[in-house]
Amino acid sequence: MFDDRSPIYLQIADGIKNDVLSGALKEDEQVMSTNQYAAFYRINPATAAKGFAQLVEEGVLYKKRGIGMFVSPDAREKLRAARRERFFTEVVDPMLAEARRVGIAVDEIVRHLGGAR
Amino acid sequence: MIELRDLTVRYGSAVAVDDVSLDLPTGKIYGLLGRNGSGKTSLLSALASYRRPARGTVRFDGADAFENPAVMRNTCFIRDSLDVNDSERVRGVLGFASWMRPGWDAGYAARLVEVFELEPRRRISALSRGQRSALGVVLGLASRAPLTILDETYLGMDAVARSNFYRELLADYLAHPRTIILSTHLIEEVADLFERVIILDRGRVLLHEEADELRGRGVTVTGPAAAVGDFAGGRPVLGEQSLGGVRAVTLDWRPDAAEVARGEAAGLTFGPVGLQELFIHLTLEAAR
Repeated sequence: MFDDRSPIYLQIADGIKNDVLSGALKEDEQVMSTNQYAAFYRINPATAAKGFAQLVEEGVLYKKRGIGMFVSPDAREKLRAARRERFFTEVVDPMLAEARRVGIAVDEIVRHLGGAR
Repeated sequence: MIELRDLTVRYGSAVAVDDVSLDLPTGKIYGLLGRNGSGKTSLLSALASYRRPARGTVRFDGADAFENPAVMRNTCFIRDSLDVNDSERVRGVLGFASWMRPGWDAGYAARLVEVFELEPRRRISALSRGQRSALGVVLGLASRAPLTILDETYLGMDAVARSNFYRELLADYLAHPRTIILSTHLIEEVADLFERVIILDRGRVLLHEEADELRGRGVTVTGPAAAVGDFAGGRPVLGEQSLGGVRAVTLDWRPDAAEVARGEAAGLTFGPVGLQELFIHLTLEAAR
């Protein structure tokens, strides 16, 4: 589940963001508690708590005192906007760099993408 | 808070723990790492008041720990010897623990005995190495001591038993939070359970940090020697190797996304450095 590329709390936050984006987690849906999450993934609960705190800080989750944490109503929209902004620099540009390395013309890519429409 | 101040442990003229000061907030799981002979067991023995330090103090919420019955009652130190009589039976050892340990949970101990498939009537002397360790885990966890110290309590355990150990430890910690210190050489398989990591090296503290901060702290950069050299220039190097024109360096530094993109454009590949690898590099570097 987790790797050594970055702190686990960041990987937890990314995983939950992906679930919100994909719709696996719905608006105002309750997420697992820190302890449930820790037991399920076999990680230290403080690490899990840090991941959740990060999401609360970013506005992806909100807390209901004594009940738990829930997905913010506008989380999906906000995440989509942020990801769309990064899409070209993080997905398209590296693809173009690789295409240049292996000698694929932009026209060829456009034709291929046309087929995917 | 557990406070170690200027702690020194000596065996004759040999210094096992050398002037160690540590502040350990309670309620966390600590991983104590270090090579053989780095002083882990000596430090833990002093921490548990099993050994009088040559110098320095251990304080538990402000109270001096040494020969302090209140502190001792709340400390459970599981070490290699298990501190039991070898002619005793498993059942007898558990019975004694229930009498000694104020927080002892007999029902939980019985369940753990089943998890680890221990035979209650067996004598300690007839236990295999792994079963002996498993008994240590039962004694350590079922004591529910506010300070629980498990000193390499996995020796001889097979992969299944170790997996059971880690699962039970985490589950019981979640249900009954307390301070747990684990010393281990099997870093990779238990690292995710640690909140903090302490690395000892030749009796001194090399590092005391949040475990999660150590993940992604380093990076391995591989590629054409010149490009690697350009990229790594001026960064703290933990290790390196070359093969033909290819060079790989492990850096104690974390590049951001833009730096990784820049490196990749120059033909470099980036690999993670796990806690165990970081430990190897840091202790090797300290030895240089």
